[in-house]
Formats: sequence, C-alpha cells, structure tokens
Amino acid sequence: MRKVSKLLVYALLVVGAAVFVLPFAWMVVTALKPIDQTLAQPHAWLPRRFEAPIGGRLQEVRPGGFVTEPSLWVLQGGASRPVVVPQASVWDGAWHPAVGAPVPVVVLKQVPASGTGAWIEVSDLSGLSSDIVRQSDLKSRVSFRWENFPKAIKSMRHFSRYLANTLILCLLNVAGTVLSSAMVAYGFSRLEWRGREGLFGLLLATMMIPFPVVMVPLYGLFRSLGMVGTLQPLWVGSFFANAFNVFLLRQFFRTIPKDLSEAARIDGCGEFRIFWQIILPLCTPALIVVGLFTFLGAWNDYLGPLIYLTDEHDLTLALGLDAMKSSESGATEWPYLMAASTLVILPVITLFFFAQRKFVEGIALTGIKG
Amino acid sequence: MTPGERRRTVVGLAFVSPWLLGFLVFTGYPVCASLYYSFCDYDVLSRPVWVGLLNYQDMISDSVFWQSVRNTLLFNLMALPLGLVSALTLALLLNQPVRMRGTFRAIYYIPSLVPAVAGAMVWLWILNGRLGLLNQALEAIGFSNPPQWLVDPAWTKPSLALVSLWGCGNTVVIYLAALQGVPQSLLEAAMIDGASPFRRLVHVTLPAISPVLYFNLLIGIIGGLQVFTSAFIMMGGAGPERSVLFYAIYIYQNAFEYRHMGYASAMAWVLCMLILVLTLMASRLSRRFVHYQGE
Repeated sequence: MRKVSKLLVYALLVVGAAVFVLPFAWMVVTALKPIDQTLAQPHAWLPRRFEAPIGGRLQEVRPGGFVTEPSLWVLQGGASRPVVVPQASVWDGAWHPAVGAPVPVVVLKQVPASGTGAWIEVSDLSGLSSDIVRQSDLKSRVSFRWENFPKAIKSMRHFSRYLANTLILCLLNVAGTVLSSAMVAYGFSRLEWRGREGLFGLLLATMMIPFPVVMVPLYGLFRSLGMVGTLQPLWVGSFFANAFNVFLLRQFFRTIPKDLSEAARIDGCGEFRIFWQIILPLCTPALIVVGLFTFLGAWNDYLGPLIYLTDEHDLTLALGLDAMKSSESGATEWPYLMAASTLVILPVITLFFFAQRKFVEGIALTGIKG
Repeated sequence: MTPGERRRTVVGLAFVSPWLLGFLVFTGYPVCASLYYSFCDYDVLSRPVWVGLLNYQDMISDSVFWQSVRNTLLFNLMALPLGLVSALTLALLLNQPVRMRGTFRAIYYIPSLVPAVAGAMVWLWILNGRLGLLNQALEAIGFSNPPQWLVDPAWTKPSLALVSLWGCGNTVVIYLAALQGVPQSLLEAAMIDGASPFRRLVHVTLPAISPVLYFNLLIGIIGGLQVFTSAFIMMGGAGPERSVLFYAIYIYQNAFEYRHMGYASAMAWVLCMLILVLTLMASRLSRRFVHYQGE
C-alpha cells in the first residue's frame, strides 16, 4: 500500500511537471522551425529539413500533398507551375475539370499512385519550381533553424533600442528600490521615534490601494511634467521606496541585535554610517531578494510601458514583443514570434538558475510574513 | 518633547523621508485627485468639470460596465478555486519525501516568472484554433471538432483560467513553505491515534496552514479583481463579444482609449470599495476558520 501511494505521488508529479514544461518545449521547437512547418497539419514535433530532386537537382524542398490516385503531372498553357490532376480527367490533350471548360495541357509525368509507393508533390523554397517525386526520394532529417533568432530580432525592428530601454529601467528600478526601501525600512525598524507606528500603519494601508485608483492622476501628473513618452515615469517612483519592500526589509532588519547599533553609537558613529556600513552589509541577502524581484518586475512590466511609452521606436521588450504580434497582418509568423518570446524569457530563467535559493526564500518570506 | 526626543524624531523622519515624499506625490495626491475626478468630466487635455454623481449614475445604466463585472466574477469563480486547489495539491505532493524535490519545485515555479507578454504569445500559439498544439492533440485522439479557445466567447474565459493556472507555481512555493512549518509532533500524535492520511490532512495540516490559505485567498481575490495583462494581450482588449472585457480592462479603455478619465476614476473607486468589502468579509470569515499558532 505504502509503495502504491508513493508511486502515485511520483506519477502525479511527473505528469504535472510534463504539463508545466510542455509550453516551453513547444515554444522552443517552434522557434527553430521554418514557417511552412508551423502551418502544416498535423505538426511534427521537431523541425525537419526535406530534400528531394527537382528537375534532377537535389535541393531543399517543401513537401506538398500526397498523390492518392493515378494522376498526371501537367503544365497548363500559360501557367508557370505544373499541377497534379487525376489521370481520368485528361483526354485529347486537355484537362477536363469537374466545373468549367476543358484546359489544354502538356503531360510532364505519369504518376501511378497505386503500386510502387506513394508519390508526393514538392516545391523548392522560392515556390517557383515544383516536381512530383516518390516518397522514398524525399529525404528528411531533423534540422534546427537557428537563423530564426536573428530574423526574429530583425523583424522586431528596434530590438537593440528596446533591449537597452528595458535594461535601463531594470537597473534604475533595482537601484532606486533597494536604496530607498532599505533606508526607509531602517527608519521604521532600527530607530525609535514619535509617530513611527502611525506612519508605518499608513504605509501598510497604502498597499491596499489598487493601482487603477492612482492610474489616472499619475498619468496626468507625468503628462504635465512632460514625461509621457519618456522612460522617466517608469523609474522615478522607485526612488521613493515601495511599501511592500519596506515591509519585507523591516522584518529582516528587526532580527539584527540592537546592541550592535548601540555599540556603534557609543563609539560616536553617526546614524547614517551605522545604516550604511553596519546594517546594510548584514542585510545583503534580503537586499538581494528585493533587488531580484524588482528586476523581474521591471523586466516583465507591461501596463506601465503601455500607458507611458508612445513612440514605436522607443519601447521596452515586452511592448515590442506585443507589437510584433499585432503588426503581423494576415498570417502570424509563429517561429519568429516564438523565437522572440524565447529571447525575452531566457534571461529570467537564467537568473532563476543562478539565484534559485534566493527566489524560494523570497517567495516563502512574502507568503509567511505577509 | 525633550531635545533628545526631537532629535530622534528628526533623524527618523529623515530616514523615512523618501517614502514620505513619495507617499505625498505618488499616492496621497493621486488618491485625492482621482476621488475628485470621479465626480468630474475629465479628459486630461482640459480642466475637469464637476458633474456630481453623474459618473456613478452612468455606471448603473452602462450595460458594458455590468458585462465587465460579470466577466470578472465569472472568470474568478473559475480561476481562483482552480488555482488555489491545484497549487495546494502540488504543494502537498511536493511535501512528500520525494526525490528531486528541488527539480520538481523549479519546474512548477519557473512558469510564474515568465513575462506575461511572452507567456501570452506561447499560449496564443498553443490555443490557436486550427494550428494550435492543443487542438491538434485533441483531433489526434478523436475530437473532430475541438473548441475554438480564443474565438468562441464560451471558451475564452476557461482558456485564460488555464493560462493563469500555468503561473500558479508562486502559490505552490508559498504553500510548500507553510507545509514544512506544520509541527511534526502534531502529525505524529494524530498518526498514533490512528488518523487516516485524509483525516490528518483535514484536521491537522489544513488548520495548521490556514493563515497561509487565508493569505493566498485574499491575494487571489485582490489580484483577480484586477486581472488585466494576459487577457488584454491575448484577446487584444475585450475579446470576442466582449467576453473577456474584465473590469480593469474596461477602466483602462475608458481612461486611455476613450479618454473618459472621470468615468475611469469612478470605476476605480468602486473597485477599491469592492476590494475593501471583500477583504472585511474575508477577515470576518477568517476568525472562524483561521488558526494562528500560539493563540
């Protein structure tokens, strides 16, 4: 019984994990496919490269449809590409379609579909020339299209600008949030003064205010300061401490013994020096957690840039990726979109692997103490 | 105040001054201004004009407003229990003495870090009606007419709930931390008394982690009422037949697409009140169901 339940636990965990990983896997394999293979149904899992002889020359081709009945490979007068038509519909040098007048054609090849193995239509990559070959002549192997990544970057047009903007925002937000929140948390935890509790209560209360409430006046404020369309509205606020992070850091600061500050004070150390040279270095782990989550917040932010950034030359990666989807008129170029998504996700996952423990600690901290 | 006290207060205020300034400029002023705008006709370009309760009255007769309320509630009725129960189940599984727990935890957690835009793109592709992986898989196992996840108004909300479920790893990790804090002695005592695993779960584990259950529920409600990004990106706003026009999306549209900033502010205040009421209700309920250790 014990063994069975253990097996069940593993089975559920593995199935769940597979479901959680699948979207990533599908994103990456799609990013490495040529476009036509994302439009074919049903999909093959892995990107492939097909080769077949066209006009006697072996080259990369796109496979078309199978030929299922005895057919002819014919060229219509005036047409540049031959087509497959059923053998039974061709007589007297003309093709007789089910609807419409007969069309004069030149027969290029006979395809006895029943017999020596299936035949398949192939065309070269330009789509200009095509042929019909035995399936056994169609070679295929797994082949990853890494060139989709540079192509995706190119199709995002201002990628380097978007990347630079995003990195600037991440940097400024992390610096601003960590510095200001640590300072404020210090004031709320390691100093005793009148009005402290009242103000801290106010700080906690501000966490309850939903963003839409302040959204419109903030926009008006930044607009009147001429900052709409620039990056400024997206980082200025971070230098004025974030309530949640203050709360988090305060919890951490309180765990450091008071005697440490007292000893420094007796030695004549100023309050700012105690904060900067004694407490901050001791709190590096907590500061890293705050920095990490601020970085992610800035990297992932969508609504902020959506409101404040107006020039399509000057967006963030998140908005640029979104624009890539909407700018596709007609058919979406899924491989490029997935390649770009991979590029946006990759730094986040890399960061996670470098700082895995910090993440888990941070999350647990926010959950339990919150 | 003695001079010493005064000095200490000055130093304390100096340390919290970044927040104090920020509070005045980025919270205090906007809160007051938006309350004022909610009684005004305001388009940001010209001065606000006082219209009294008109925005609030308009809300009552605005059928689109009510649709956004319905959409938001329906979506949350699906996504919230689904997310909380799935996360708890995964956390309970991970809390068993399994090998490679760290790897599993990482796998479940990582999707919650993925930028919303990138996640939305991936799911747009998976849920694509004709070419998507999901429908191709469904067709392969015999569903000849799988749902048009992103196009059929009946399926758009479940689709988004599915997408949000992918990001539940955050909650899993919170639960897991709480589960590891459940006193082993209590579980052992229950075991000695012959309690089945299920009864241990219901009578020991769940009460022990009830503060965290409560916290996640609260965060879930507050976040759920403001759900915006993935719907906005995946459906380009309101979605087919406005089926994913959520409350926050309608606020955004009023503010930045129709320039009805006054109306948007009024809606934001109604949301704020709604959150307040729900939070109070939850805290009333919590008194009965949430057990804090050491009380």
